[in-house]
Amino acid sequence: MEHEITLVVNGTARRARVPGRRLLSDCLRHDLGLTGTHVGCEHGVCGCCTVLLDGEPVRSCLTLAVTVDGREITTVEGLAGPDGLSPVQRAFEECHALQCGFCTPGFLCTVTALLRDNPAPAEDEVLEGISGNLCRCTGYQNIVKAVHRAADLLAEERRSSAGRPPSAGEPPRDGKPPGDGEPPRAGEGPRAGEAS
Amino acid sequence: MSTRLFGEPVRRREDRRLLTGRGRYVDDLGPDALAAAFVRSPHARARIRDIDVSAALDVEGLVAVYTWEDLPERVGRPLPLLIPHPALTHGRTAYPLARDVVRHVGEPVVMVVAADRYLAEDACALIHVDYEPLKPVVGLEEAAHGARLVHDDVPGNVGARLLQEVPGRDGRSAREAIEEAPHTLAFRLDIERSASMPLEGRGVHARWDGTDLRVHSSTQTSTSVRMAVAAALGLPLPHVEVVAPDVGGGFGVKIVHPWPEEILVPWAAMTLGREVKWSEDRREHFISSAHERAQVQYVRVGFDDDGRVLGLDVTILHDHGAYTPYGIIVPIITSTQLLGPYKIGAYRVEFSSIYTNTVQVTPYRGAGRPQGVFCMERTMDKIARHLGKDRTEVRRANFIEPDEFPYDQGMTFQDGRPLIYDSGDYPRMLAMLKELIGWEAFERRPGRGIGVGCYVEGTGVGPYEGGHVQVTSDGCVHVSTGLTSQGQGHETVFAQIAASELGVPIERISVVTGDTRRFGYAVGTFASRAAVVSGNAIALACRKVRAKALRIAADALEADPADLEITDGTVHVVGAPSASIPLATVAVLANPLRYAFDEEAARATQFAGSSAPDRPPVAEGDEPGLEGRDYYSPIRSTFAAGMHAAIVETDPLTAEVRVVRYAVIHDCGRLVNPMIVEGQIHGGVAQGVGGALYERMVYDGDGQLLNASFMDFLMPYATEVPRIETGHLETPSPLNPLGVKGAGEAGVIPVSAVIASAVEDAEGFPVDRMPISPSELFDLRRRHAEG
Repeated sequence: MEHEITLVVNGTARRARVPGRRLLSDCLRHDLGLTGTHVGCEHGVCGCCTVLLDGEPVRSCLTLAVTVDGREITTVEGLAGPDGLSPVQRAFEECHALQCGFCTPGFLCTVTALLRDNPAPAEDEVLEGISGNLCRCTGYQNIVKAVHRAADLLAEERRSSAGRPPSAGEPPRDGKPPGDGEPPRAGEGPRAGEAS
Repeated sequence: MSTRLFGEPVRRREDRRLLTGRGRYVDDLGPDALAAAFVRSPHARARIRDIDVSAALDVEGLVAVYTWEDLPERVGRPLPLLIPHPALTHGRTAYPLARDVVRHVGEPVVMVVAADRYLAEDACALIHVDYEPLKPVVGLEEAAHGARLVHDDVPGNVGARLLQEVPGRDGRSAREAIEEAPHTLAFRLDIERSASMPLEGRGVHARWDGTDLRVHSSTQTSTSVRMAVAAALGLPLPHVEVVAPDVGGGFGVKIVHPWPEEILVPWAAMTLGREVKWSEDRREHFISSAHERAQVQYVRVGFDDDGRVLGLDVTILHDHGAYTPYGIIVPIITSTQLLGPYKIGAYRVEFSSIYTNTVQVTPYRGAGRPQGVFCMERTMDKIARHLGKDRTEVRRANFIEPDEFPYDQGMTFQDGRPLIYDSGDYPRMLAMLKELIGWEAFERRPGRGIGVGCYVEGTGVGPYEGGHVQVTSDGCVHVSTGLTSQGQGHETVFAQIAASELGVPIERISVVTGDTRRFGYAVGTFASRAAVVSGNAIALACRKVRAKALRIAADALEADPADLEITDGTVHVVGAPSASIPLATVAVLANPLRYAFDEEAARATQFAGSSAPDRPPVAEGDEPGLEGRDYYSPIRSTFAAGMHAAIVETDPLTAEVRVVRYAVIHDCGRLVNPMIVEGQIHGGVAQGVGGALYERMVYDGDGQLLNASFMDFLMPYATEVPRIETGHLETPSPLNPLGVKGAGEAGVIPVSAVIASAVEDAEGFPVDRMPISPSELFDLRRRHAEG
């Protein structure tokens, strides 16, 4: 039996007819054509398939598509803003934090959520934060570096957006439009106080 | 020169698409393709009595079910033995689908094609294969005993036996030298199985249009897959194209070809007239791709009072699993690269390559070197311990000196060529390493030890690679080479080479690898060879293009080609920048035209006066277009080297090993892109740490792989890999125009040896078996305490 579901993916409502057993990873990749989310193990260990579900990282290979009907999903395709790469993506590029690129979408989603919750993580918090994602190419050293670099880039963005009066059309939070992986959270405005 | 990019840490040109989800891996292709799935053997050794597919036929969306009997003769033949060797007297390969017998858990038996993968797996679950299980052959020494046979016609389970002997300078054999040496030691070493384990499994997508077959495969060699597919399917080569799209890691396993699926999926696409795709899942990868590493080594060594090795005698049992498609490359590499940076007196090495009822063994990053280095470096540590000397002092005493290159080790290497090291500076490297890790100042205490390991890596093996470089009339440069990419950053480093050679901004250069439509002649990506072999081929092709561009520009500028230079994509007279012509215009002039497709092209048409009326528009021996093709075929391998050191702490209660510091000195000749080389080293060391402390393939006595998932096969996460400190030495290779050596495998090679050395130092007893888990270290402690 097939089910009609609606997923809000990267800010756009997408409808799909899927059997109850369709994994979210397969639904995104094969029903919706968003092949940026990768599948490395299909048993929830490698983290390649990590996407953001209402802002929180989840393993899309352990999630049935029908169980997230109506929810908001951000995939790697939705991380970049209209101005280009997100700070996390830019940091990965700058720090050579990817080689084959297969695990990268999962890391990007994980780190995007990590830095939203903890904008200036200490070294052990970074290690802990990415310890659910496998990478077979990089040895992680440059990924760790990229997380710190992304934290710096995000802080710079917050500083520069806090220093200017908000103008029409400017996104409310940290210089990024909504729906780019960080759904706005109630009560969180620009963090001018963090500028040092 | 602004376009000088060779040696710079240029950011990767492949990253943008990979960071935004626009990479294209095999499973991203063919959204409407039919899906293949396989019924695989649950038994390690069994006869197939019957296959009953009837229950599967009612599955909705089922398209086809194939067993071996359904395959045409040509398709059903045993897969090729890729690298024959005279010593491989009993090479055996699998059928694409099992014929009558299965020899390891995971061997494909039935292929199902259905509307999607879910339905294909539904059908697989309903197919009943009636097996007669037989007691399997598991475990290297049991297999070597030969009581039961993996292949009925292979006595003793011995696929190959190879002896190489190098006498000492005085003509004595290794055994004689050992007998007469002042000191001798004998011991046994064990290394367990691990595997490449790329995060993307294998995958094949095939499309047949009635005349032409296009195959996308997650492979390390598209050109050779193409030839294998054409041969198996009886197609003329020009009608087969194979493309390696973005590939999610290889590390060796994807150099093997054709995999059964690489034949069966294209055959099904032709037979059904539909696109067919197969994507390997993780369990399939564990039980039906390939593993590596497992060896038992029996070592005897004789040495003098300074620790100089006088004679070394190594006997190796190498487990190659159930089949030998890749020949005996791995044990050949072990037995030759075992010598490392040392000149030892006399050497005897004999290996037996043994069948077991387990997944086949083919190269995994390092490809036999980690085992050889483990053997030699454990030997060095044991000599030092025996003599009460510093471990680095013993190594230093055995080094080949910088003035002794080229140094002939007197053996035959994996490419069939003499094992002659081209260049290196091992004493300097060791001094740099000791400085970096703080060897002399290290304070040893129980539970805290330091270890060291040295290696030499033959890289850039032949037979050849080629490069094609085309400058189009928009001034863009299109570079292609046949070998493939799995994340090494070839698009970047090859563009750097082309930019430097041609004097063109890197933004105007694009690079394509692994696409037989663009370049049909290649060998593949393995043995740390891409930068060396394709890099030099591309440089040579660029030099041809540059010479032609200067010749044409010289005509146009009425100058001497020797006075011309190319900067920022413009050819100009040295010292007179106003006398110049853009490379784009040179490309136009290089191709005499009848028809002007745009304004620029009009300059090359027949009434534009661009060619002398008394000469043919294309001179004899010349070709139209500003493009060039060249090949680089090395006379033999070029030898990179490295030395690693680690400081470890072992927990007194849990016996957990923590790597506190890890230092690497690495020499791969001239660096094309230091950022990328460092990345390769980091990744290699991480895999080495996995192999030293965590990763193993655990087979039970029935030949079942007990840990065939990421939950049980422990690959390191960020929390397990130490920060890696690196230093580079650049000893250019005299063998190739760019002076480069390979770097891809380097990081992984000595890690097990280094960690064993450090754990031994921390614990005070020998560590002769890797990987070492906390429970094994705990057991060793207990046994040592009991005496």
